[in-house]
Formats: sequence, structure tokens, C-alpha cells
Amino acid sequence: MFDFGILFPSVLNGLTTGAVYALIALGLTLIYGVLHIINFAHGASLMLALYAVYFLKEKLGIDPYLALPIVVLGMFALGYALQRVVINRAGHGKDENILLATLGIAIVMENLALLFFKSDTRNIDTAYSLSTVAIGPAMIAVPKLVAFAGALVVSGILFWIMGRTDLGRAIRAVSKEKEGAKLMGIDVDHVYAMSFGIGLACLGAAACFLLPAYYVNPQVGGGFVLVAFTIVVLGGMGSFVGALIGGFLVGIVESLGGLYLGESLGQIGIFAIFIGVVLFRPQGMFGAKA
Amino acid sequence: MTDALLAIDGLSRSFGGLKAVQNVSLSVREGSLSALIGPNGAGKTTLFALMSGFLKPDTGTVRFAGEDITGREPHRNAALGMTRTFQIVKPFAAQTVRENIAVGAHLHVRGRAEALQNAEAVALRVGLAPQLDKPASDLTVAGRKRLELARALATKPRLLLLDEVLAGLNPQEIAEMMPVVRGIADSGVTVLMIEHVMQAVMHLAEHVWVLAQGQLIAEGSPAQVTSDDRVVEAYLGHGTAARLRKAASGVAA
Amino acid sequence: MKGSTKQLAGIALFAVLVACVPFVTKSGVTLNFVMMALYATLIAQAWNILGGFGGQFSFGHALFFGTGAYIQAIAQLQGGINAWVALPLAIVGAALVGLFMGALTFRYGLKGSYFALVTLAFAEVFRILALSVDFTGGGVGLMVPLRESVGNLQFSSRAGYLWVVLAMVVAALLVTWWLRNGRFGAYLQAVRDNEDAARAVGVNPFRVKLGAIGLSAAFMGAAGAFYVQVFQYIDAGIAYGPAVSIEALVAAIVGGMGTMWGPVLGAVVLHLLSDLTRNLFGELPGINMVIYGTVLVLIVIFVPRGIAGIGLSVRQLWKPKGGRHD
Repeated sequence: MFDFGILFPSVLNGLTTGAVYALIALGLTLIYGVLHIINFAHGASLMLALYAVYFLKEKLGIDPYLALPIVVLGMFALGYALQRVVINRAGHGKDENILLATLGIAIVMENLALLFFKSDTRNIDTAYSLSTVAIGPAMIAVPKLVAFAGALVVSGILFWIMGRTDLGRAIRAVSKEKEGAKLMGIDVDHVYAMSFGIGLACLGAAACFLLPAYYVNPQVGGGFVLVAFTIVVLGGMGSFVGALIGGFLVGIVESLGGLYLGESLGQIGIFAIFIGVVLFRPQGMFGAKA
Repeated sequence: MTDALLAIDGLSRSFGGLKAVQNVSLSVREGSLSALIGPNGAGKTTLFALMSGFLKPDTGTVRFAGEDITGREPHRNAALGMTRTFQIVKPFAAQTVRENIAVGAHLHVRGRAEALQNAEAVALRVGLAPQLDKPASDLTVAGRKRLELARALATKPRLLLLDEVLAGLNPQEIAEMMPVVRGIADSGVTVLMIEHVMQAVMHLAEHVWVLAQGQLIAEGSPAQVTSDDRVVEAYLGHGTAARLRKAASGVAA
Repeated sequence: MKGSTKQLAGIALFAVLVACVPFVTKSGVTLNFVMMALYATLIAQAWNILGGFGGQFSFGHALFFGTGAYIQAIAQLQGGINAWVALPLAIVGAALVGLFMGALTFRYGLKGSYFALVTLAFAEVFRILALSVDFTGGGVGLMVPLRESVGNLQFSSRAGYLWVVLAMVVAALLVTWWLRNGRFGAYLQAVRDNEDAARAVGVNPFRVKLGAIGLSAAFMGAAGAFYVQVFQYIDAGIAYGPAVSIEALVAAIVGGMGTMWGPVLGAVVLHLLSDLTRNLFGELPGINMVIYGTVLVLIVIFVPRGIAGIGLSVRQLWKPKGGRHD
């Protein structure tokens, strides 16, 4: 049962998936940390990004990794527009309203996809889809390795933006003290929209890394939403480091859960973590106590 | 001690490294109108929270009418007769003034009609009668303060903890509110108020406690307390009392 | 006439009018429409109790619906229990699950978005479990055999079902009336509007929220059991999937949370809308939900108090303004 030859590949797989999860969670953390919004539409947005990558490959022949700049920019634009036009108006000063608005957006996205793309599961074939690399006793698919590396690079870029650029400083200022930031001349609405845009841009990147090793159908969003939230609460709401570590942890748990309990029952492990953390340690690993 | 309605002993509470309340002991005599004063951040509201059960103390006890109620949930304390108001008013915004007060009345009254009637009577007492059917969100600050007071009053408390009920009011509103508080105390309710408005403290309170940096630094009648050097220093800084006396003697000379 | 008595009269009028529909028309299409609109109303009302009056937004209300449905089916299939006897079992079972959820989440002070997410997680867990376990029929689901007779809670005409669900809707209306006019409801709304202030005047928030979730779950369970009787089939996706959760909350919000007739209005409007869409565009997959989602977003942005809320605001415009001084 605890044979290294079986455990090791499972853990490695979990790490590679975990890196992509971390990227997804980072976007969510940014959105929550700055706007204090629980973005229910995060999973559905990822699903749309996955379809974008899919169609870019199938219709225009663009390789997913080459499509990165297109998808990332596209998702950024979508995020900026959504926040500026829809979500900003929905607030009315109550958190619940924004929650409902993002839920509504998620529902619309998922079902528009269902309407236009039908419910078939789709995946893409690339030259490297099936090649694997041996690491110890494990055979890891090349797309997964690329996903791992890519996710870490993008996370690094995100950290750099947050820490070293004017935009990052503005975002951090707004998330800590909105009124003070306004007094300093920071355009808060713009910062909000930028943050939401960056959050979705992370999804764009994640989609490019995800699709070669995964698939897409209108319902995948739902699965990712809860995984993303589990990571974010596990890591601690608003903590980037927490999202990163949480991503890896959840990736491993999912992989091991699937190994021992089967694909669908394995998912329960993630929900159990989520419910457990929220009930017993809501600040997660690195978050501030509410 | 025999007349003490509320007796707290050695109460302490810290938040992380911050000692918000340190070893505070006091007893509130039944039927009295007393005040808790002190500079901002002294821990007064924290003390109220500890007394009423919104916070659990790290050490110390709270006794109400002889019974140990340390750490008990606020709603149970309200049922025993201790009700508090909040510094930042918390109206039930979506409901009318009458409905707001009725929630308090329901503590002792099951029937809706009776509770609503009680609410009307209480509203009359505090001067909110014209506003009874307005939504709470429509009230001015002064109105909301009265509502906060009325709702607490409707629970027929033995001890009313008023947290800065005069804050944010203009001089006219303060002048209108003070007799209301006096009237409540005269009707037999023990009142302990946190207050910054000194004229209210001087005119209303029989006994004053002074809290600074979480510790009780003085107590006595309003006159005693305001002429106490430690109290002056707590508000105006170290050495102020001596400087003031020097300046006064310099002027007189 | 006192306000609350007027409300009761309104409920009675509603009950009588709708009960008469099968005598006014024999059209299967109309009867089916009214029956489904009532069903949509029931789940909206159930959500409204916890969400509108209690202020706790659940995104996984299907949890209680599915439990009621499965109990109704399993009691008949495996327990040989009569459908009418199974119904209260389903309702109680769902209420118990509600109380369990409430005890767990409210004890730890879960609120707002966290609460919404946890309810979603629970519904998903149950869905996965129901898919994997045998006595729920696994991936295939359960079928309740057709044996039309009143004694079996199965009717040859929609009229019978219509009266059954109408009775449930009226019961929910009466409970809502009680929430609007009684002490428990006053306490529940106080906790919703400001929990600390409520605690300070003697309200026990845990107990009150527990009561609300129990009631809410009970009505969802009734709806689930009703579904099984009408469609004679249940599976994990229908029972615990997001569709029911979303329909319930969107209808309640669109109609007006925390009001008595809001859920009725919202359910009827949405049901009309989806029927209209089906007539215009045919059976396009997902089109229904696109509309629900869009309506939800629009309502949240432009009319957050829902349709009933518009009515309330209009009434306030007509009332003579009271004195402006304080």
C-alpha cells in the first residue's frame, strides 16, 4: 500500500498539478485580498480560458504555450471589464450582493458555454502530449512538467509585479487602506479593475498549462472553484505564500486521494479539508485572524 | 459589597501583546448612576464587553446580583437584567423604530402585539414617538442613539451599560438626552455609562471610575476625580498637573 | 383590519383561487404549468426562510432537497412504506440534516461567504457519495414504480399533484406569516440585521439560526419528496446538483428576500420566463440557466430588493411623509 514506486509518482503528479492549482489560487487570493470579493466566477472563467486555448489550437493551429500572451491578455481584458462594468455596480455596500453577482456571472458563463460548445469533453493533441520523462521510478508526462515550471515562473512574475512595480504598490496600498490610498491620488476603481484583471490573467496562464494534460467541458469550472477556495482558505485568505504552499498540498492530497479512493471519492478529500479548515481554523496556515 | 449589583474582581484581558484591561476591580451599587471615564484607548469599551459577555476575560470574575456570570453569553446576561448599548450604534436598519424596540421588549413578552405596544411606551419615554413607524435607517445620529437606548430599555434591565450614548451629539441634543438618562436612573435602573462628555459626567454621575491604559487609576465623586492629579495626567500628559498649578499660581500672583 | 389579519386573508384567497384552477380548466398544459410554478415557489420559499429572513445565504440548498427525495424513494422502494407515510419521514429527515449542518456551521460562527461555500461543499460531498453508493442507485438513480392511486400519492391527472404542492406552498406561506408576525421571526430578523445588537438584548443567535435552517430544510425536503412522486425518478445529479440550489435562491432574490410574497412572485416570473424561452428557442441546453444567471446579476445591480422590494418602495412613495424633525 505504501510502495514507494506507487507513492512517488503520485506525489510528483500531485506537485505538478499543485503548481497549476497554486496559480489559480494566486489569482483568487489577489482578488480577495484587494477587493475582498469571493469570486465565484473563478472556476467558470478558467473554463472559458480553457476553451480559448482549445479553439486557438483547433481553429488557428496555435500551440497552447505560444498562445500564452494572447490568452493572458484576453483574460486580463475580460477581468478588467467584468469588474469595472458589472461587479463594481453590484456592491451597494453589501458583501452578499457581490457574492450573488459573481455567482450569477458564473452561471451565465457556464451555461453560455453549454449553449455554444455543447457538453462534449474536448482535449487537444500536441506533438508532446504523450511524451514522458522519467524521474526516478516515475514517468511524468512532459506537459505536466512544463505546467509545473510554467506555473512557478508565472507565480514569480506575479510576486515581482506585486513587490517591485508601482502597480503592485498601488494594489497593496488599496488593499490595506482604501481611503488613504484615495487621498494619495490612487484611482481605486482602476486598481480594483486591474487586480481583477490580473486575477483572471493568472487563469489564462493556468489554462495554457493545463489543457495539454487535461480536458475541457462546460462543467469543469465547478470542480476548480471548490479546489481553488480550499487552497485559499488552507493557505490563509489573502496570503500569497499560503496560496502557493496550499496549492502544492492540495495537489498532493488530490493525487493520493485518487490513488487510494478512486477518482470521484478522492474528491471528497478536498471537500473534507475545506470544511475542516473553515470550521476549525478559518485563518488557514498563514492568514490573519479575521 | 452588599449593595453591589455588579462586582468585577481582578478582570484582565490581553490581545496578543496588548494588555487592554489589567486587573480591574470595581463594584456598582444598585440604584446608582455612575460613569466610567478615561482617555481614548483606555479599555473602557473592552471592559463593557467583558462585563456583558461579548469577550471572555483572561483572568478575574464578574458577579451580577451575587451570581458569578464570568464569560457567560450576552443574551443570558440580558435575561438576568444586564443590557448594554454600543458606542457605534447598531440599529436593525431594515426595520422600523417600533420593530427595533420590540425586539428588546420580547425578552419578557411573548406576544407580538404586546411587544409592539411596549415598544411604543418606551419610545414615548425617550422622545422617539414621532418616529415610531420610520425605518431605523432614516434616523439621524441623535435619533439612532435614542433608539439604541430605547431598545435596551425595553428589556427592563436592572443594569444598563451605556457606551458613549452622547457621542456625536450637538450641545442641544446632549441637553435633551441628559434628562432622559436621569429619568431612567430615577425609575430604578442602575446605570453605568462610559462617557467623554464631561458636563454629563459632572451633572449626572454620583460615582466615577477612571480607566487609563487598561488600569483603574482613580475613583470617587466627579469633583474628587477631576481634581486628581493622576487623572489630569492621564488625559493631558505627564507633568501637566504640576504645570497647571504653576501656571495658575503664576496668574494669581 | 389589522395588517397581519389582512395577510392571512391574502393567503386564504390565494389558496382558494389556485385550488379552483383544476375546476376551471382541464388543460394538461395549464395544470402542469401551475403545478411546476408552485413547485418552484416552494423551493424559493424554503430558501427565503434561511436566506431572506435569516440572512444566511446557502448556495447548496439542494442538500436538503436531495435528502428528502432520496428518503421518499428509498422508503418506498426498500422499506415498502406507503408514499403518504414516507412524506413526513422525508421532511423530518431533511430537517435533521439541516439541523446537523446548522449545528456544525453556526456553532463555529460561520457567516456570509464562508457559510455559502460550506453549504456548496456539503451538497457536492453528498452528490459524490450518492453517485458511489448502492442504495441510492449509484450512477443510475432510483425509479419509483408507477402505481396511480391516491393512496400511493400518485395521480392520473396533474390536478392531484397540484393540490398536494399547493398545500405545501400554503404551509410555507403560513410559516412565513408567522415569521413576519411572531417573536421568533422578530428575533431571526434581528440576528440577520445585527447579530451583536440582538445578543445584547437577549437573543440567542445560535438557537434562532438553527430553528431557521431546520424549517428551511424541512420545506426543501418536502419539495424533494414531491419531485419523486411527480417524476418517479431521482438520481445524484438531480438530487444534489447545483440546479435546484440555484433555482431556489434566484427565485427568492428576484422576487424579494425576506418578504412573504417575494418567492411566489420570483418563482412565477422566472417560470414564465423559462417557458417563454422554451417556446421561442426550443430545448436549448443551458439557455434556462443563462437567463437565470443574467436575471440574478441584473437584479443584484439594479433592484437588489427584488420585485417585491420595488412594490415596497412604490408604496413608500405614496405614503405622506411624516415630520422631518427628529
